[in-house]
Amino acid sequence: MPRDRRGIAAREDPPTMTQKFKLNVNGRDHTVDADPDMPLLYALRDDLGLNNPHFGCGLAQCGACTVHVDGQPVRACITPLSAVGAGKVVTLAGLGTPDKPHPLQTAYVDEQVPQCGYCINGWIMTAAAFLRDKKKPTDAEIRQALEGLKCRCGTHMGILRAVKRAAEQMAG
Amino acid sequence: MTKMDKPSVFSRRALLKAGGALVVSVGVPLGLDAVLDHQAALAQSAKPPLMPDQLSSYIAVMADGRVAAYFGKMDMGHGIGVAIGQIVAEELDVAFSKVTVHMADTATSVNQGGASGSTGIQDGGKQMRMAAAEARRVLVEMAAAKLGTPADDLTVHDGVVMVKSNADKSTSYAQLIGGQYFNVQLDWNKKFGNPLYAPGKAKPKDYKDHKVVGQRIKREDVAPKVFAQEDFVTDVKVPGMLHARMIRPAVAGAVPTKVDESSIKDIPGARVVWQEGFLAVLAPREWDAIQAMGKLKVEWSNAAPPFPTQASLYDHIRKASVRKREVGKENGNVDDAFKTAARVIEAEYEWPFQSHACMGPACALVEIKDGLATCWSGTQKSHFVQQGIASILQMPVEKVHVKWINGPGSYGRNDADDCAMDAAVLAKAVNAPVRLQYMRDQGTGWDPKGPASIHRARAAIDAAGNMVAYEFTSKGFSRVDVNTNGSAPFDTLAGQTRGVALQSGDGFGVPAESYAFANKRLAWETIPPLLDRSSPLRSSHLRDPVGPQIHFASESFMDEVAAALNLDPIEFRLRHVKDPRDIALIKAAAQKANWETRASPRRGQTGSKVQGRGIAYSQRNGTRVAVVAEVEVDRASGKIWARRFTVAHDCGQIINPDGLEKCIEGNIVQGVSRTLWEEVKFDNKNVTSVDWQTYPILDITETPEKVDFVLINHPELPPTGAGEPSIRPVAAAIANAIFDATGVRIRRVPFSPEHVKAALA
Repeated sequence: MPRDRRGIAAREDPPTMTQKFKLNVNGRDHTVDADPDMPLLYALRDDLGLNNPHFGCGLAQCGACTVHVDGQPVRACITPLSAVGAGKVVTLAGLGTPDKPHPLQTAYVDEQVPQCGYCINGWIMTAAAFLRDKKKPTDAEIRQALEGLKCRCGTHMGILRAVKRAAEQMAG
Repeated sequence: MTKMDKPSVFSRRALLKAGGALVVSVGVPLGLDAVLDHQAALAQSAKPPLMPDQLSSYIAVMADGRVAAYFGKMDMGHGIGVAIGQIVAEELDVAFSKVTVHMADTATSVNQGGASGSTGIQDGGKQMRMAAAEARRVLVEMAAAKLGTPADDLTVHDGVVMVKSNADKSTSYAQLIGGQYFNVQLDWNKKFGNPLYAPGKAKPKDYKDHKVVGQRIKREDVAPKVFAQEDFVTDVKVPGMLHARMIRPAVAGAVPTKVDESSIKDIPGARVVWQEGFLAVLAPREWDAIQAMGKLKVEWSNAAPPFPTQASLYDHIRKASVRKREVGKENGNVDDAFKTAARVIEAEYEWPFQSHACMGPACALVEIKDGLATCWSGTQKSHFVQQGIASILQMPVEKVHVKWINGPGSYGRNDADDCAMDAAVLAKAVNAPVRLQYMRDQGTGWDPKGPASIHRARAAIDAAGNMVAYEFTSKGFSRVDVNTNGSAPFDTLAGQTRGVALQSGDGFGVPAESYAFANKRLAWETIPPLLDRSSPLRSSHLRDPVGPQIHFASESFMDEVAAALNLDPIEFRLRHVKDPRDIALIKAAAQKANWETRASPRRGQTGSKVQGRGIAYSQRNGTRVAVVAEVEVDRASGKIWARRFTVAHDCGQIINPDGLEKCIEGNIVQGVSRTLWEEVKFDNKNVTSVDWQTYPILDITETPEKVDFVLINHPELPPTGAGEPSIRPVAAAIANAIFDATGVRIRRVPFSPEHVKAALA
């Protein structure tokens, strides 16, 4: 569907009637009654009260809304609810907890990475999928895997240190 | 009877008369969290007035001995909260872990200026240090009376006051005042904002006794962010809240002439608020509000396109009438010196409009209930937003409560204050709580911009090859076309779209350095804004306001003169820099970077990829920074990789080296981004940089591989700022390194591949 520069679907017809969608998020089942075109982001934030993914651009350009669907990082801001299907959604809060942290979360704290922290979902969720599939990546491979994600505070150096630290830990 | 309307029988006067309670306020004891409750904080029977001359406005001791510090500034991610906690813990002699710093809530802190001008520690920390020192003095006096021992014979360890010769004879802060507020008058200088200063009678500690200050203590806000446990301003919800989206014109300056509300009648609960040029849609569901924004049919006035074309921006600045000129520094006789010069070197530099382009567009929530307006905002200046909302809603200031909460980035007068004011107008109009978030195109397209400018520099060289005169003039849009905060409706879109005329101010700046020349003149000139209200190119503060542009030009020019005289760039600078700390700094950077003494450009490089190094240095309100950049230039593609930096940084006393290093790193990376990529694009109708494709920033694949530090600590000196000084010399250091690599001088930012390739051709 064509979208204007705000990411708004260009359409003249009245909104589709809402439908009920089953969502599995962080291991729990939920039902959401919404427009099938509504992006997953709004279901997570507004219907399920999961604040972890953020609205950054609505255009899949920054990554602030990133969650995993069946283990793959997706931009929740442009993923229609109707496209999620039976996919298992995991958010940053579902990735790990202070008691059982993901190595990336531990590394992020150790390296004191974030400043404002609004971009964090993109980097950690993307890196988590990357490090699961790629053991012992080179520095260049880490950079390549994170290409396109945005951080405005300029914490890039810390991000690279943290991902490298987590990679080393995950490699044992 | 609520706390609010309890008669204030325990007035300060009554307390003073009561004698024994001179330094302790009475009333409701502090629970562990009660101190943050708005009503309780306003209840003056429980606490002296929230005024800068009251110790209770900065420090309180809880019943369990924990310490609350109330700070009228906020931490925008640089670890200021930790640094303030360290300063308070140090002066009070309590463990750092016992101190909680409550930031920028207008109900619990006085207006210390918000995040502003890198003054978090320089000004804010200075006041907190004095307040904590006074609290310790008062507590030790109280202990002396209680223990029957002279105060000089007492010592304090982690909040326990004991007799030096007999540790068994002791009391504690908790026992002395826990759960009650101080009632101690401070000597306030009657100023609000950054200059606010209100010391007591106490002298702060000698730096030689510091144990907590100077330590690498980690931030407490990192883990909650990493585990998604912390609310951002975007996450706050209240019952009955409506979601709102603003509608901005396609042609800047146009106003709605017809709004067809029936065009959104199919969207559940959707409604319109239209007041002159102010237009918004609201709906109970956020996605519905976004849909309504897209579907609402609006006819706009036929506004004449207000802007020059992008290509003619710098010509426009050159030709524009000067609204204000100011000479910031002058000595000798510059005009005469140029008349008799053997040689004159001249250059002109250009810097574009830049956007704050925060990670998320601004968000604010406003609820008006029982005569009280509450605003949750990620603003840098909560106390000023409080004033702005009071003004635009015509409410008393004390009936407006702004709760600062972490937002999606900051970096100056971004879109946060406009958003808070828009939300306030909407909450009043619909008589319901309103959560407004801008869209991406509004965040980038409609935030106040860092001003575009040109900079002319010339140097007079005598027959012996000495630089004997220097003239530097900046000409550009004002840094305060709209003010640095949203305290007045005329400085906000909510005011301007609703008919309040812009009151454009004039401000720019001059290079901050210690170069001594026999004849020197540094000046600036401002020009009128392109549009007299509601402009997407209105200019204001963007991180290190006008610092990067001015010092890009001035420090590039120093390099140009050095090259023209065939001198090493550092050797040339050291001939003229006079401040001893500046000299030490530049030498430290050179040493750490293994600087090779020679003139630029570097000779004999072949192939497409060439390497270069450059230095730049600048001061900023007492702090001074020297940056050595090492770059790789791909001559075929025009692509620059600013791969390595060495930063020498002197900000007086260092409170927390870890926080300082992270802060500098962020400055360097954001500085590289602004230098290589950032330029607000526009056509004659509007800003066309509206997202990350049309306003690209530095990508992680282009991030420097290393940033090395030389942190020069002067514990004997007061701390100065670090939030901005190190972004200041970055552009010039890169430009100088590109010249060193290629022999080509690039005088216009950004150094995007397209621009660099054209310059090298």
